[in-house]
Amino acid sequence: MSDTPIKMRVRETVILRVIGKGFVPFILLFALYVQFHGDYGPGGGFQAGVIFAAGLILHALIFGLDALREKIPPIVVEIGIALGALIYGGVGLVAMLNGGEFLDYGVLDHHEPAHGQHLGILLVELGVGITVTFVMVAIFYAFAGRSRQ
Amino acid sequence: MGTFVVGSMIEVTLFAFMIALTLYIARIRSLFAAAMLFGIFSLISAGMLTLMDAVDVAFTEAAVGAGISTVLFLGALGLTASEETRPLHHRLSAKLVVIATGLMLAWGTLDMPAYGDPDAPIHHHVAPHYLEDSEEEIGIPNVVTSVLASYRGYDTFGETTVVLTAAVGAMLLLGGGLTRARDDDPDADAHGEGSA
Repeated sequence: MSDTPIKMRVRETVILRVIGKGFVPFILLFALYVQFHGDYGPGGGFQAGVIFAAGLILHALIFGLDALREKIPPIVVEIGIALGALIYGGVGLVAMLNGGEFLDYGVLDHHEPAHGQHLGILLVELGVGITVTFVMVAIFYAFAGRSRQ
Repeated sequence: MGTFVVGSMIEVTLFAFMIALTLYIARIRSLFAAAMLFGIFSLISAGMLTLMDAVDVAFTEAAVGAGISTVLFLGALGLTASEETRPLHHRLSAKLVVIATGLMLAWGTLDMPAYGDPDAPIHHHVAPHYLEDSEEEIGIPNVVTSVLASYRGYDTFGETTVVLTAAVGAMLLLGGGLTRARDDDPDADAHGEGSA
């Protein structure tokens, strides 16, 4: 008995398994929509990251923790957590190198400050999304992995 | 006028649901039911925030409160018992402190401006600038994103760091074999995480 009771129930019930399996790609796609449509509608990196992680966790509930670990090894999760924050901070530093202040995206485009703002927001939201996704997966790994012992 | 009455009726109903849920969660002993009711509570608060036209916040509440938190609660339930242990005795002093704090908080809200009051201080600081000039300065339609990612980019960077710190804390405390494969010796796993 190495799994938590909840996961066993999801895996043993055919209806939950079949329907859940079909939902995973749509949840991931919706997360990408929320990520890149955040400029125009509600949403952004944080919400997108949480939804993307929810899709991955659903995958783990259906196929088991090991199946997700094979696709997203813990080392990738650890790198991803840091990478997102690094992208965010990196955008700020690039803005400084271009002669602006920290996180002043206007200087990222020399001709049109609004374009620089657009690019900066896209990149920092991407950083937030990456960090939040992998943080949620890491916390899930920490909880689910512990119950095996 | 008619839509206003219907709107406030929906708000009152949702609020009544939230109060009832809170009381029920406080009394219920089954942790599984409590975790599920927390999710429902978050979903209803997301509905409340949608009624207040705060769709970005409502979205976050639905995704985090009703979604991920419920999953993490269930994951934590796998590590503990399914029933809350009965307290040995009810302390009257604790109840009095809770009631007094609640009354003080309610009293504090009396000083706040009325909901939707256009003269409220928050609408006269930087908000007019954001609403009027962000289209030109930032060039994206969603003002909330403009404020979060650009005008308040520094704060959002801090929040991202907080999320990162939360994960590091969870990894250090729970271990969970994040760095080791699970075929390894489980004892070595726990020690390895601590020193990492």
